[in-house]
Amino acid sequence: MKKLVITSVITLALATSLSAAPVSFDFKDPKGVNALQFSLDSVLEPIAGTAGGVTGTVSFDPANPAATSGKIVVATKSLVVPNATMTEHMLGNNWLDAAANPEITFQLSKLEGVSTAGNVTSATASGKFTLKGVTKDIKVPVKLTHLADAFGKRINKPEVKGDLLVLRGEFMIQRADFGIQAGKNEDKVNPEIKISIAIVGSAPKA
Amino acid sequence: MKKILQLIALCLFVATVGFWAAKGAHTGWSQNRVPMTKTDEITDIAYTVYEDRYVPGIDLLAGGVGLSGALFAISLFLRPRNKN
Repeated sequence: MKKLVITSVITLALATSLSAAPVSFDFKDPKGVNALQFSLDSVLEPIAGTAGGVTGTVSFDPANPAATSGKIVVATKSLVVPNATMTEHMLGNNWLDAAANPEITFQLSKLEGVSTAGNVTSATASGKFTLKGVTKDIKVPVKLTHLADAFGKRINKPEVKGDLLVLRGEFMIQRADFGIQAGKNEDKVNPEIKISIAIVGSAPKA
Repeated sequence: MKKILQLIALCLFVATVGFWAAKGAHTGWSQNRVPMTKTDEITDIAYTVYEDRYVPGIDLLAGGVGLSGALFAISLFLRPRNKN
């Protein structure tokens, strides 16, 4: 009897620890929806574009969202604006120099001020943002929405089990901080850039 | 020569304004791809897709109108053909 109780307790503890284990979400979206959006004021109209080359992983535990960790990577050459000439200039040597700086990254250090309501966790993400080879510590207000068992439904295969994690955030950067035409062309292109993210990570269950 | 240049200037002006207006009279920069917003049903993420088509903007309008204006101005310095 004593042996049975001990075995049951160990099994229960193991099951609890397994169910509370953090899950790794892959942000290379199979549906190609993930993109970083950016905009900055300019002469005539704001320059707005997207960057679709999003990859990276985030480890998230719904039972302990404060322990979230991960890294999001954006391919610099995936940045586009509606005007082809502007896109060429933006990726060229004078602006982002995409050939020499192929990645834009955000490495999460920690989540602060975490609060959870239902399946939505709000927090401030502190981490290292790297753009054009320059790394700065930034803080980004984020919302993480955990969609349990929604992976299969999203890819039209309900039989496939798995969770989704939607990450939303918005922040501003000064282009001069990252060596992008610092102090130049400020009358034509605003020095402040707004960056928005709304991306989804998948964690299929085997 | 004077009349021909003025006719070319007029045609260029009408063609530029007509093309710009017919393609939507876009008041921003010319676009080689047109952004459209879609929404992912499951995640509710609004995302951008691009349709590859050309939309002329103010830059093309200004270029065409400016060039037609320059041609017309040059024509004013030309002497009309002598009929004798």
